[in-house]
Amino acid sequence: MLNQIRPAIVLTILLSAVTGLAYPLAITGAAQAAFPGQANGSRIERDGVLIGSDLIGQNFSTAEYFWPRPSATGPDPYNAAGSSGSNIGPTGAALVERVAAAVTASGETSVPADAVTTSGSGLDPHVTPQYAAMQVARVATARGVESSVIEATLAAVTEQPILGIFGEPRVNVLRLNLALDEAAPLGS
Amino acid sequence: MSFPGWLQIALVLIATLALVKPLGLYMAKVFTGERNLLSPVLGPVERGFYALAGVRTDKEQTWLGYAMGVLLFSLTGFVVLYAMLRLQHLLPLNPQGFAGLSPDLAFNTAASFVTNTNWQSYGGETTMSHLSQMLGLTVQNFVSAATGIAVAMALTRAFVRSGVHELGNFWVDLTRATLYVLLPLAIIVALAFVAMGLPQSLDASFVATTLEGAQQTIATGPVATQEAIKQLGTNGGGFFNVNAAHPFENPTAFSNYLNIIAMLSVSAALVYAFGQMVGSRRQGWALISVSFIMLVVGTGAIYWAESYGNPLLTAVGVDPAMGNMEGKEVRFGQAMSALYAAVTTGLSNGGVNAMHGSLTPLGGLVPMSLIQLGEVLPGGVGSGLYGLLVFAILAVFVAGLMVGRTPEFLGKKVEAREMKFAMLAVLILPLVILGFTAVSAVAEFGTSSILTPGPHGLSEILYAYTSAAGNNGSAFGGLTANTPWYNTTLGIAMLLGRFAYLVPVLAIAGSLVAKPRAAASTGTFPTDRPLFVGLLIGIIIILGGLQFFPALALGPIVEHFVMLAGQSF
Repeated sequence: MLNQIRPAIVLTILLSAVTGLAYPLAITGAAQAAFPGQANGSRIERDGVLIGSDLIGQNFSTAEYFWPRPSATGPDPYNAAGSSGSNIGPTGAALVERVAAAVTASGETSVPADAVTTSGSGLDPHVTPQYAAMQVARVATARGVESSVIEATLAAVTEQPILGIFGEPRVNVLRLNLALDEAAPLGS
Repeated sequence: MSFPGWLQIALVLIATLALVKPLGLYMAKVFTGERNLLSPVLGPVERGFYALAGVRTDKEQTWLGYAMGVLLFSLTGFVVLYAMLRLQHLLPLNPQGFAGLSPDLAFNTAASFVTNTNWQSYGGETTMSHLSQMLGLTVQNFVSAATGIAVAMALTRAFVRSGVHELGNFWVDLTRATLYVLLPLAIIVALAFVAMGLPQSLDASFVATTLEGAQQTIATGPVATQEAIKQLGTNGGGFFNVNAAHPFENPTAFSNYLNIIAMLSVSAALVYAFGQMVGSRRQGWALISVSFIMLVVGTGAIYWAESYGNPLLTAVGVDPAMGNMEGKEVRFGQAMSALYAAVTTGLSNGGVNAMHGSLTPLGGLVPMSLIQLGEVLPGGVGSGLYGLLVFAILAVFVAGLMVGRTPEFLGKKVEAREMKFAMLAVLILPLVILGFTAVSAVAEFGTSSILTPGPHGLSEILYAYTSAAGNNGSAFGGLTANTPWYNTTLGIAMLLGRFAYLVPVLAIAGSLVAKPRAAASTGTFPTDRPLFVGLLIGIIIILGGLQFFPALALGPIVEHFVMLAGQSF
C-alpha cells in the first residue's frame, strides 16, 4: 500500500504535464501555424470589420435578411458565449405552444420543421432549403427586387450532400445574407 | 428514414470495423510489452517515468495490489481536480476571470471526470477557465480512460495465464495506455479536427458586429485537443455546454463521422486485442458482433422514432417530413443524430450532437436503455470490455445450467466465487439508479428540478441517475442538476457505478488467473459461434434491460401513448 503512494503522486504529476500542458500547447502551436483560419474560429470579415464566424449562426430579424432557426440561448437568441438547447420534452406544453405561435406568425399552413424548432446548440448556422425557399418572397419584397434574383443567390449558396450521400441539404444563413448584400444591395 | 441516411450509418460502422484489427493488434503488442512502432520514441520516456516514480516493470501485482493502485491513483486525481476547481480564481490561464466552483459542483465534477463519466452540471464556456479545461479536465480524460484500459488488460491476463496470482502492474499499464495508445491517437485526431474547423487557441472569445449591427461575443478556446481525447477516451465531456451539437465542436458532416469513429474504434479494438491476447481472434470478433448487432438495432429504432416526427407539433401545422427537429442540428439530420445517440450510449461516451431530452419518447427510451444494458456495445474504453466479459461469464453459466455441465469460458472454470462477484457487479447499477430515482421522484428537492412535467419529468430524473451510475454523462438536459441534492447524489452514483463495479471485476480476475486453463473437449460450449452471440445478446437484454422495464413503462412508454393521444403537460 505505502509503496504505491510514490507512483500515484509522481505519475499524476508526470502524466498531467504531458497530457494537460504539453499536448494542448503543442497542438495549439501547430494548429496556429498550419491552420490559422480554423484555429481562430473561422472568422469572416467584410470591409475590415469582423462580422462573425462562418460556423456560428447569428440572429437576423429584419425583413431584408433571411432568418435563421429559432434559438433557445439566453438572454438573447444566438448568444455564442452561452450555447443551449431548449431541452423541453416532446410532450411539453411550452414546446407545443411556442411552435404553434411560430406557425401562426409564419402565415403558412404547413411549415418545415426547422423553421419553428430550436436547434441543439442554439447556434445552428444552417436552415434547410425548404425553410429558405419559404422566405424568398418576403426578402424580395423588402429589397425591392425580383424573386428570381433572390432565388439565384439562394441556389448558389445552397449546399447538397456530397455524391448525394455525405451530409444534408443545407443553407448557411450568414453566407446567404452576405451574398445577398452583394447581389441586391440594401438601399440601392 | 432514407437510403442515404442508412448508407451513411453503414459506412461509418464499416470504417470503424476496418480500424479494429490494426489498432487491436497494436494494443495487444503494447500490453504484452512487445516492441512496437512507437517504442523507439516512447521507450526512453516510459523508462524515465518509471525511474522517477519508482516503478519496477518486472514486479507485478495480485488483484488486491492492482485494485489498490487503481483506487489510490483515482483518489489522487480526485483530490487534485477538486482543489483545482475550487481554487480556479487564484490560478493562472483564466482569461474570463471565472470564480471558483461551489463545493457541491466541484465534488460532482471531480467525481464525474475521475470516473470517466463526464456528467456536466455546468456549462463549459461559462464556468471553466482554460487551465481547468486543460490541466484539470483534459488530464482526467486521458488517465481515467487509461485506468479503464488497464483494468480490462488485467482481466484479459486472467484468461491468458494460469496457476499464478499476478495480473500485471497497474502503473505500467496506466503509463502505456496513456503514452502509447491515447496520446498518439489524440494528436492525430486533434489536428484533423482543426483542419475541419474546430478552434484551437488560448483566446477566450472574440466579438463580432453582426450584419444587423448587433454585438455577438463568440466563445472559443483550446477546443480541438479536448474534443479529440473526449472521443478517444469515451469521456464525452464537451468544451461547450451543448457538447458536440456546438458548431465549434462539430462543424460539418465529416467532423461528425470522425467524432463517431474516434469514440467507437478504441473500444472495439480493445475487444479485438482481448481475442488476440487470449489466442482466439474469433472470440474477439464474436464479442464485437454482439456489440455491433445491438448498436445497429438501437440506431434503427431511434432513427425510425425520430423520423416519424412529433404528432403534437404536426397537429399545429408542422410538416412531419423532416422528422422531429427540436434539439437537432440541420447539418446532421436524422440519420447522423440517431447514430450518434446510439453510439454515445452504447459506449460510455455521453457526448451528444442532439439534445436527448427533446427526442421523441421512444427515441429517448433507446439511449436510456442502452446505458442501462451496462454500456457494453462495446462500452467505454476498457470498462466496456470488462463489462462485456462479466456478461459472457454469466452467459456461459446459464448455458452450463441448461446442459448440466460446469461452465467454462476460454478454458477457465466458472464457479461459485466468480458468479458471486459477477452478480455483485451487475446489481450495482439497478440498485443505484432505481434507488436514487425513487427518492428524487417523490421528494420536493428532487421534483423541483424538473423542466417538463408529466411522465417526461420522471424520465428526466431516471435518465440522470442512469447516466451517472453508468458513467455515461449524457443527460435529459431539462433537469436542473446543479443543486446540492443532485450534485451530491449524482456524484455518489458515479463513484459507485465505477468503483463498486471495477473492484469485483478485479476480484474475478484474481480468482480466474490462479485456475488452470483446460483444453477444449467435445463437451465444451463454443463461445466463438453464432449460438453464443445470440445467447449473450439474450443475457444482456434480460439481465441488463428487464430490471428497468417497470420504471421505463412509467416514463417514456406512458409518454409515448400520451403523446399519441394528443396530450401535453
